[in-house]
Amino acid sequence: MQTIEKVISMSEATTLAAPALGGAKGASAVPEAIIRLAGNSQDGIQAIGGFLARLAGRSEQEVMTFMSIPSTISGGPSVFQVRISTGEVLSAGDEADLLVAFYQHSYVEHLRSLKKGGIVIYDKDQVEPNPEWEKDYRHVGVGITSLTVEAIGGTGRDKGKNLFVLGLLARMHDLNTAKLNELIKGRFGGRDAGVLDNALAAFNAGYGYSLEGAVETFRFSASAPKSRRQVVMNGNEAVAYGLIAAGVRFGTAYPITPWSDIMEILRRELPKYGGTYVQCEDEIAAICMALGGSFAGRVAVTGTSGPGFSLKTEALGWGVMAEMPLVIIDVQRGGPSTGLPTQVEQSDLNIAVYGSHGDAPRIVLAPASVEDAFYTAIEAVNLARAYSVPVIVLTDQAIGSRIEAFEEPDSEKICQDLTPDLTPVASHKLYDLSAPDGITHRRSPGTRILDGRYPVATGLEHDEYGHPTGSPKLRMDMQAKRRKKLQALVAKLPVPTVHGPAKGKVLLVGWGSSQGPIREAVDRARAAGTELSALHVRYLNPLPPGLGEILDRFERIFVVELNDEGLYGYGQLASLLRSRYCNPRIQGINKTEGLTFKVKEILDRLNEKMTRLSNLPA
Amino acid sequence: MSTTATFPAPSAPVTLPDPNTPRKPLTKGDLTAERPTWCPGCGDFTVLALYLKLLEKRQLPQESFCSISGIGCSSRFPYFVQAYGAHFIHGRSLPFASGISLSRPDLHVFVFGGDGDLLSIGGNHFTHTSRKNIKITCVIMDNCVYGLTKKQTSPTSPIGFKSKTDVTGSIDQPINPVKQAIAAGATYVARASSTNPNHLLQLLEGAVDHDGFSVIECLSECVAFYPGAFDAANPRKGGAFNLIPADHDVANEVAAYKLADAAFPGYFGLFYQSKRPTKNRLEAELNQRSQEKFQGLKDWQILKKSFEKMQ
Repeated sequence: MQTIEKVISMSEATTLAAPALGGAKGASAVPEAIIRLAGNSQDGIQAIGGFLARLAGRSEQEVMTFMSIPSTISGGPSVFQVRISTGEVLSAGDEADLLVAFYQHSYVEHLRSLKKGGIVIYDKDQVEPNPEWEKDYRHVGVGITSLTVEAIGGTGRDKGKNLFVLGLLARMHDLNTAKLNELIKGRFGGRDAGVLDNALAAFNAGYGYSLEGAVETFRFSASAPKSRRQVVMNGNEAVAYGLIAAGVRFGTAYPITPWSDIMEILRRELPKYGGTYVQCEDEIAAICMALGGSFAGRVAVTGTSGPGFSLKTEALGWGVMAEMPLVIIDVQRGGPSTGLPTQVEQSDLNIAVYGSHGDAPRIVLAPASVEDAFYTAIEAVNLARAYSVPVIVLTDQAIGSRIEAFEEPDSEKICQDLTPDLTPVASHKLYDLSAPDGITHRRSPGTRILDGRYPVATGLEHDEYGHPTGSPKLRMDMQAKRRKKLQALVAKLPVPTVHGPAKGKVLLVGWGSSQGPIREAVDRARAAGTELSALHVRYLNPLPPGLGEILDRFERIFVVELNDEGLYGYGQLASLLRSRYCNPRIQGINKTEGLTFKVKEILDRLNEKMTRLSNLPA
Repeated sequence: MSTTATFPAPSAPVTLPDPNTPRKPLTKGDLTAERPTWCPGCGDFTVLALYLKLLEKRQLPQESFCSISGIGCSSRFPYFVQAYGAHFIHGRSLPFASGISLSRPDLHVFVFGGDGDLLSIGGNHFTHTSRKNIKITCVIMDNCVYGLTKKQTSPTSPIGFKSKTDVTGSIDQPINPVKQAIAAGATYVARASSTNPNHLLQLLEGAVDHDGFSVIECLSECVAFYPGAFDAANPRKGGAFNLIPADHDVANEVAAYKLADAAFPGYFGLFYQSKRPTKNRLEAELNQRSQEKFQGLKDWQILKKSFEKMQ
């Protein structure tokens, strides 16, 4: 992989007298850049990262970001990493090409996330560089605090340093300032005119600052033109807009990190479409109210993160028993209990698949990327409708907060109208046992039933009209009905495709947001001549057809997932696959430190596990 | 693709059966479903009979309302009504009903439940449904005991009541449902008894006509586990059925609260009524304001506008 350090040419390092707009002459062409911004949570570094990501999207580049925020109310160290590339981006990058350190702690904590020979731009007013480190990393000191104060007044504690840094970065990477100006105006314009003036002044001060030949400039090589315009958003936004496109017009929730973003967007957006999003008194009320909406003929959505999911499981069981369409979004975070509220984990798989007393089959799926999150939300809604069953979408903190650019969805084509159909019917059995594959199509209240027999939706075991029954036969038939419809779904799911050779020595299996780093690990290993394949499981319950056969074609299978190896040595998906396919070759690569997998980490852990495969790149 | 309709859009146009053939009048027979499973003599029979009478009197078409309940003896209610219903989980009937009310304002939503279901496990929801003033009619069938689980102390059991969980008598301060409802913000708060059916019917009618969260606490004796609980409110058993004084102003919240504080058997009738706007209406107004900028646009065009901001 080509990186900045390898392609920069020192002879071209002094281009700082280049015209302010229109591109720096003599800048080195680079295919990608990984920039890490480290500061405190109130410094607005997410904003700079967001600007960079959106600019990349507008420039037809691929982009992925990584963000970590403290779970404190205000303050605390915060980091934002953005990887911009003219080729495919699968992860936010292991090591950064450039680090911007706002404080001493940012410098000390994050210098090692930089590649050897990488550039650190540090705030001279805040950071005392370590002479030891100056040998391995290129240090560039800039008085970020004092220069920002000089440009816009105020004190060093005030806002503005982030835009100064954005200006610096724009100059260094020959970014399109006209587009950046537009983005800044879009973000800060419209309020107090002084706010925008200050933002632009800080940006221009950074852009105009002379780095005195300390750092060369770079230019991204041209990327392949995209067929459609790109949109740039994070995974939480993708889920919210996906639900809107799917036709969801009623939803409910209780605030919890990191889910809250989605409910905030839906609360703001749904009224534009004539829909309603209700903030409830608690997590239980939220799922119950959503089920009420579903009963009333809407496909309702609720969402939460870990602790909230635990609270919702009794009502989830009612949704299964009463056969109600419902979508539950779980933006996973570290558990158990309050756990790691602002960090990533994939440890809600068990509760998503099994949570609730009794046997309560439901659908569980997990998106792999921000773009996939958008389309998964739509698919979840349609599965819930088609099978009259709760559908759980497992995203996570990493996918929720990371920003990606993807082709703008075709709104006209994908938007669905789910207005309930209240056309009178001759008769209606809510739990019709003669329905093919047990899939009944329910009628909503408001629909006149001409034979005068109306159904009751119930959590008690019931007959075909929803009335309680003590009949052992009916009990068995209804249990089978709820099971059979999901078995029927399996036949319609696509057989997953293997990334890399379709059979061989080692298969990495992953789910959810780990897809990118796993693929990148496979690509890196294969580029280095090592045979390795990957399989992504998008449908987690029921599992897709053909999966067992794929697993059979590999000598070793490692399920790479962000959860604990458990009492018996296997993570949650690994356990599920072992119990489903009785395949003893399935093992796990697990971690729960609150951060996503790095590519190198996956390969290192695999090497540890497979000492026989000594030729994997370290 | 639908055009953006002002919420709540009732739905796609309903094709009704030939409008030239008028519907036959709705009878009690049409509305009767399963035979109630309650013990002979249970007060709940009266509440059910009065509910069916109300539906018949008002000629509410079977598809135009829902009967919702949680768990408990009284919560078996929906099975006994031939119309749309849901038998939900313990304590959560109010949020479930709120979901129906807020997403389908064309339906009238009735909730029936006991004191344990609505005031103990569902106590939080009772408070918040009241506060939000969601358009629902809620009948608390209060027997002051857990009946379905066979005689444990309930949140309305009086101090000294001997149950399986308080063998020497209950020691916890009971909830006063009327005070609770007024304090939480319910906008129609009434008290009735299953022993006075005509009075209950009157209050039910008032509740149906009320635009907001209407609560009726209806004393409903559990003959199996708390017989005689309400004799003091029954003239036929030597008690007194005290109507709320004629000069009580139902708009006066403080006076209503004071009146509700009277010792058992207390007063019966409408304690409090207010015209505070419902959440249903406030949400509809919010939608109207939000939609002003998007007049004439289809849903996909509104979405496209959002995408434009994300470029």
